[in-house]
Amino acid sequence: MTSIPLSAYLVLALVLFCIGLYGALTKKNTVIVLISIELMLNAVNINLVAFSRLGPSPSITGQIFSLFTIAVAAAEAAVGLAVLMSLYNRKKTVNIDEMNSLKH
Amino acid sequence: MTLSGEMLAFTLLSLAAIMGGILLITLDRVVHMVIALVFTFISIAGIYVMLSAEFVAAVQVLIYSGAITIIMLFGIMLTRHNDTNQQTAGIFRKLLLLLGIAGFGIAVYAGIYQLDIPPEETSLHIDNTRKIGTALYSRHIIPFELTSVLLLAALVGAIILAKKDSEKGEEEEG
Repeated sequence: MTSIPLSAYLVLALVLFCIGLYGALTKKNTVIVLISIELMLNAVNINLVAFSRLGPSPSITGQIFSLFTIAVAAAEAAVGLAVLMSLYNRKKTVNIDEMNSLKH
Repeated sequence: MTLSGEMLAFTLLSLAAIMGGILLITLDRVVHMVIALVFTFISIAGIYVMLSAEFVAAVQVLIYSGAITIIMLFGIMLTRHNDTNQQTAGIFRKLLLLLGIAGFGIAVYAGIYQLDIPPEETSLHIDNTRKIGTALYSRHIIPFELTSVLLLAALVGAIILAKKDSEKGEEEEG
């Protein structure tokens, strides 16, 4: 039987989510911003799996939810990188502060 | 809370995960940041094993520390980056962000730190993959098929996005 409370897993996920949020908001390179978003998604996955094991009425559904999240995150990373490549071909930069064409 | 082997494993894994995240924020070079994040992803896979989700742990290692890290490294290598990733955000803005995120963290922490649901005995660790397969193909069949449509759409969209502009770029160059 597990001896670690549910709240420990939730706090770990919270810390990782906050780190990912900070990275996504302060970093300059677009690839790093994308991978920070992946870190945030991972933190959410920890929550899903933790509730599927330690929450009320544990069942396999939480793990299946996290599998779907991983699939969507992989699709998001691929499309995000394709958009980045297309932008890079056009503007020759990966600096996220210079990608503001929609503003004008 | 006694010091058991499980507690030790959890402490080590979560320390490695948070250390990877902090390295992501503090390191200078872009490639080093991505490599640091691999530590986080593998530690999270260990956390999944502790939560009796072996199949999700295997998927985590394959997809995150394998596929997504490699695709991000490709993204870095294929674009021109000044190697070091100096942050443009001013010190004032960074401080403000840190304050906001700390506020968010404290607000959520206040909600979860005493959340205590009495753990129940589960059989999730027995035949984990078989159970996931059964559930995927019976109860969750519609989301499963929708995921395949989503992946196909993402595949086609990514190819079109990346291809169209490179052709155009060649025309402009030529």
